[in-house]
Amino acid sequence: MTHPFTAALIFALPLLVILAFVVMALIEKRRGGNVGAPGFFQRNGTPVAIFLIAATAFWALVLIVFPQLYMVDYSFHPKLPELKRGGPEDHYTLENYRYFLFGSTQNTDHWNTTHLNAFWITIFVSTVITIVNFAICYPLAYFMAQVAKAPTVLKLMVLLVIPYWINEILRAFAFRILLGTGGLLNNVAIALGLIQEPIDFIGHDIALYAGLTYAYLLIMMFPLYNAIESLDHNQIEAARDLGAPWWHIHLFIVMPFAKPGIASGATLVFMLCAGALAAPLVLGGPKTLWFTPIVYDRFFQAFNWPQGAAYAIILLLTCMAFVSLVMRLFKVNLSEITR
Amino acid sequence: MSADIELDRVTIRFGEFTAVKDVSLRINGGEFFSILGPSGCGKTTLLRTISGFLEPTEGAVRIAGHDMAGIGSNKRPTALIFQNLALFPLMSVAENIGYGLRVRGVPKAERRRKADELLRLVALPDQGDKRIGELSGGQKQRVAVARALAVEPKVLLLDEPLSALDLRLRQHMRAELRAIQKRVGITFIYITHDQGEALTMSDRIAVMNAGHVEQVGDGRSVYDRPATPFVASFVGENNGVSGLVESIDGEMATLDTPLGRLKGRGGAGLKPGDPATIFLRPEALRLCAPGETPDLTAEFVNSAFEGNFTFVFLRAASGQAMTMSVGRDADIGALAPGASVALAFDSADALALPVRHNA
Repeated sequence: MTHPFTAALIFALPLLVILAFVVMALIEKRRGGNVGAPGFFQRNGTPVAIFLIAATAFWALVLIVFPQLYMVDYSFHPKLPELKRGGPEDHYTLENYRYFLFGSTQNTDHWNTTHLNAFWITIFVSTVITIVNFAICYPLAYFMAQVAKAPTVLKLMVLLVIPYWINEILRAFAFRILLGTGGLLNNVAIALGLIQEPIDFIGHDIALYAGLTYAYLLIMMFPLYNAIESLDHNQIEAARDLGAPWWHIHLFIVMPFAKPGIASGATLVFMLCAGALAAPLVLGGPKTLWFTPIVYDRFFQAFNWPQGAAYAIILLLTCMAFVSLVMRLFKVNLSEITR
Repeated sequence: MSADIELDRVTIRFGEFTAVKDVSLRINGGEFFSILGPSGCGKTTLLRTISGFLEPTEGAVRIAGHDMAGIGSNKRPTALIFQNLALFPLMSVAENIGYGLRVRGVPKAERRRKADELLRLVALPDQGDKRIGELSGGQKQRVAVARALAVEPKVLLLDEPLSALDLRLRQHMRAELRAIQKRVGITFIYITHDQGEALTMSDRIAVMNAGHVEQVGDGRSVYDRPATPFVASFVGENNGVSGLVESIDGEMATLDTPLGRLKGRGGAGLKPGDPATIFLRPEALRLCAPGETPDLTAEFVNSAFEGNFTFVFLRAASGQAMTMSVGRDADIGALAPGASVALAFDSADALALPVRHNA
């Protein structure tokens, strides 16, 4: 098991952070601050205020921060049987990260090409899927938000939402049935004489990419719709009146305005895609490289939890770094997204 | 460069609803032309048709002699200033003004030069780098004008752009807009429901009601010689007293009304025995001089001091509310509510108009 001191540190750290915030708040109050506005306790009443704080703290700390911190700590330990944890062999090590890069816990002679490839393909394909999702959703979101009348919007909304009543795994299986070698699409194409031999959509990962694109369509759709919907239609007309062709209006009026919506949609789709598990398991072919099933295997096939933790953290940090880099590139900040 | 605009029997329908009925107008190049009417009279629809956002259901719009059918708003020589201005909030003032030029591929330095020049024209020099959110209402107004003028339109269309401003600023902007129009010399078509705006700024005014044009003329003729009862009561304050035409004597008509016999100039189409309304402007009414025979009498209700004149609110014998405006020297201080007031007016200042049955 973890060293008692580190464990104590891990659990104490968030509490210390909260304490620091409380102290900062108190200091600010003493400096005067906003005199007229009622405080959090006055506004909600003491019992409700205490409940809100406790519930939020429980949710944030116990359900999110502690497990993640525990995984971070876990990833720096060797794989050991239960009895030896906390014993003399339990020490901090980078061997799990070494394994990811070099395929061995000991030497650094060869790159771990299988896992590295899967990792980069996951990031790359998630990026492509995000872009494809944007390309599909933007015209539809624009149409619904600015062009269509209310009854049409309602109908489209219902049509968009209904497929998502079906469980994700079932939807993935439906794609397998549609795109399999003996599936509907191949059968129809052969019957029409378009192809002679069935195309192996699953073996070539086309089924997986299509399934992932489909799975997260709505998650791109709604932030985009909301962002475009809040654009004053007069601005589009004003641009048009000033002589702008349609593409110029989209590129320089609508998209800059919808940037926060685009950013939040893209972030969500990318993160969910890179972390998707069900679709790759169901729609992946025998040679499919997707990083999350590998992480899953570290935990439940290799029973190497420290390694699984390391892999999960590598994926998480890379995705976060990538997303913040892209946001920096497009000059979006976090506060705009949550707007 | 300015251009004539011709609306040739324009009708615009939305499904069953006819927003504009058979409107024909000729607006001269370089003119400040107002379209005045209450909300819902079809004036904005007409403006959107000229700017190309709507196509007329029937009839034609011609700008500088060219039929505009099938020509989109981005290809017309018009620029529209929206009621809410529709400035682009993410762009700076200069970028807003330069947008139309950017679309036309004008290089950045040239756009900036043009923006600065226009900012001087609208009396906002050196404000090009400000964000739109940093501007006051009047400044936004000026930026909207500059943005529209940047593309050098032949016709500038204004859709009640002053309605969001407070009274003082609105009055100031009226004069400003008029001065800008004189300087650039292009045709302005100005939509408003505010008769004061229309009267002070325009060369000519078209008064619209329920989708059709009731009268076209300069401010003075619309005010002094309204063609229809609607124009008479919509443009300026007016007291309309309805009755039947008793007799017509040349230009003058006498009406038999619940307030007695009233005599005034007769409008076109007046026939004895027909229902008609006689209109008395508040400033046409005056208190009877001692010994003079009153034209009508009313009960004093109250008065409102407006500074250079005073509104006197009266109730006529029929219960009808009437308004009179009197100068500073008028002797109304002694009047108590309910007191009887004897009124007189010059029959040349009164106008009798036939009541149309179908309107």
